[in-house]
Amino acid sequence: MFGYYLGLAVRSLRRNVVLTMLMIGAIGVGIGASMTTLTIFRAMSGDPLPDKSAQLFVPQIDNWGPKRHGAGTTGSGLKLQDQLTYIDAIRLMDAHAAKRQSAMYGSGLPLVPANPKLAPFTARIRAAYTDFFPMFEVPFLYGAPWSAADDTAHAAVVVLSRKLNDKLFAGANSVGQSVNLDGHVYRVVGVLQDWEPVPKFYDLTDEKFGKGADVYMPFTHAIEQQLRGSGSFNCKDPPESGFEGVLRSECIWIQFWVELPTPAAVADYRLFLRNYAAEQRRSGRFDWSAETALRDLPEWLRFSEVVSDEVRILVLVSFSFLFVCLLNAMGLMLAKIMARAREIGVRRALGANRSAIFMQCLIESSVIGLLGAALGLALTALGLLGLRALLSKSIVALTALNTLDVTLVLALGVASAVLAGLYPTWRAGQVQPAWQLKAQ
Amino acid sequence: MLKMTHLSKAYRTEVVETYALRDFSIHVRPGEFVAVTGPSGSGKTTFLTIAGLLEEFTGGEYLLDGADVRGLNDKQRSRLRNEKIGFIFQAFNLIPDLNVFDNVDVPLRYRGFKGAERRRRIEKSLERVGLSARSRHYPAELSGGQQQRVAIARALAGDPRLLLADEPTGNLDTQMARGVMELLEELHRDGATIVMVTHDPELAIRAQREVHIVDGQVVDLVAPPRVGRPSSQAQV
Repeated sequence: MFGYYLGLAVRSLRRNVVLTMLMIGAIGVGIGASMTTLTIFRAMSGDPLPDKSAQLFVPQIDNWGPKRHGAGTTGSGLKLQDQLTYIDAIRLMDAHAAKRQSAMYGSGLPLVPANPKLAPFTARIRAAYTDFFPMFEVPFLYGAPWSAADDTAHAAVVVLSRKLNDKLFAGANSVGQSVNLDGHVYRVVGVLQDWEPVPKFYDLTDEKFGKGADVYMPFTHAIEQQLRGSGSFNCKDPPESGFEGVLRSECIWIQFWVELPTPAAVADYRLFLRNYAAEQRRSGRFDWSAETALRDLPEWLRFSEVVSDEVRILVLVSFSFLFVCLLNAMGLMLAKIMARAREIGVRRALGANRSAIFMQCLIESSVIGLLGAALGLALTALGLLGLRALLSKSIVALTALNTLDVTLVLALGVASAVLAGLYPTWRAGQVQPAWQLKAQ
Repeated sequence: MLKMTHLSKAYRTEVVETYALRDFSIHVRPGEFVAVTGPSGSGKTTFLTIAGLLEEFTGGEYLLDGADVRGLNDKQRSRLRNEKIGFIFQAFNLIPDLNVFDNVDVPLRYRGFKGAERRRRIEKSLERVGLSARSRHYPAELSGGQQQRVAIARALAGDPRLLLADEPTGNLDTQMARGVMELLEELHRDGATIVMVTHDPELAIRAQREVHIVDGQVVDLVAPPRVGRPSSQAQV
């Protein structure tokens, strides 16, 4: 009977095209609005490394004390600092207290391509340790990360992003080739596959949804080259002059990640952090009992307010709008179905039971829902395109529709229409054939 | 075929109880053609809707083809209605979106027949009412008489045991009405059991017997001159 009901649904929808279009429009517009915001919300709140996020942690140390607690940090003034000083970063690196660990920061350097047809440009740099790559499961297209020995030797080696490799070497394997950064020659040891986690969890201080680096180089080499960070840089007191002054200062500008694969390792690292802070107090660096924290990746995203309250409210508002649209669709559907009370009465007289009428109307609602969802999908795509045009480039990564999104839209459309059609459909099943036929 | 004994139907509101049928008894035997007459509001159509299992009754007993219909659920009543009863309405009640073929197909779909069987039955029914050539036409493209013939074909398609006709010629002009009545008489001659509600004495007289209802009760048994096949016995 499914095919029969489907055929009846199509006939019914063609009977009153205007009413049908209004219903589809109401559902489509509601879905378009809600899915546009939901897509962005999902991208913002998604877990960039779902298989590993529970093993990745950010250590935090209150190196400013209670008087200037949190001053200059992002968000509220009471929050614990979201970055480390160079002093703490290096000491934590030297402690090797985690399975993997990497201090890191973002920067930029002028890159002069070997190909004279290409103009020089500023390449986005990420200075990190070799553990950065296996810790974040960064996929390689060619070559491999530099070695720990390269970290120790401050080697002039780099890993390129796929895009940069495409640009400089036309996508060929460039391992062993060299690139010129700010007049220095660097040897390419690896090329990444496409890797743009959303959000850019490993460094949320600048653009939370911005592009990753073009070039990755050893942290030790970047420091040796006195490469300044280009991201967030906050200080309790002004640093002494020069790069050395910055390194000695209590300014926070280094991101730090550790990999702790077991609960025991996490407990050990927490203890290690507390002991480290206590040691800093004993040594006279802090005259307060410094708070420490160790947050895993999902908690870190919440701490960093990746999804703002405004976005949550927007999602709520857009779903309220969808609800209003569904109420409208329900009214229209009720009018449409009750206008066919006579037909329903005839069908009942000819042998249709309540379930048969219910199924017929339900399938009609579902067809409307599917068409509404298709319209909603188109409007969502349009909405996301509009956002791309209106908002900053960093949002672009959030405005892509994937298979899951499409499935969600279609499911939401059908569910919405079925929901909107439930009451009219129930009413249809309650039609008393005798009354309809007596009324002739 | 159809036996109602001391049947009643009351409509209740908070303040009043109105009886549409009261102590209503009728027995229609297989192969009979019975006319049910009475003034407007007498309960004719209520009788028909109860007979057609479209409405519940309040008291009494109703046996359809020997089966007690009291207490049946919606699914059972719908099944029984589909298998045993064919309806012919005054307003034809064809579904405007469906062509003639698909209109006749409706009860067969609910019966669950396969495609080939449905086609065979539809073609046979349309041939019976002389509308084979119009199977792809839509109701709006047919005259009133033709529409009623389609409705009769639809009623016949499932080979029901009982045909219930509610003022079948009420919406037709004289010539068309004559044609429809002749068709009903022909069906009766071929063995169909027909109960026809009408307020038209000229139509009633063409049935084998007439049951007259006033105020929800059978008040008279009329035995007019008969046309068509003689009845075995008429009784109320």
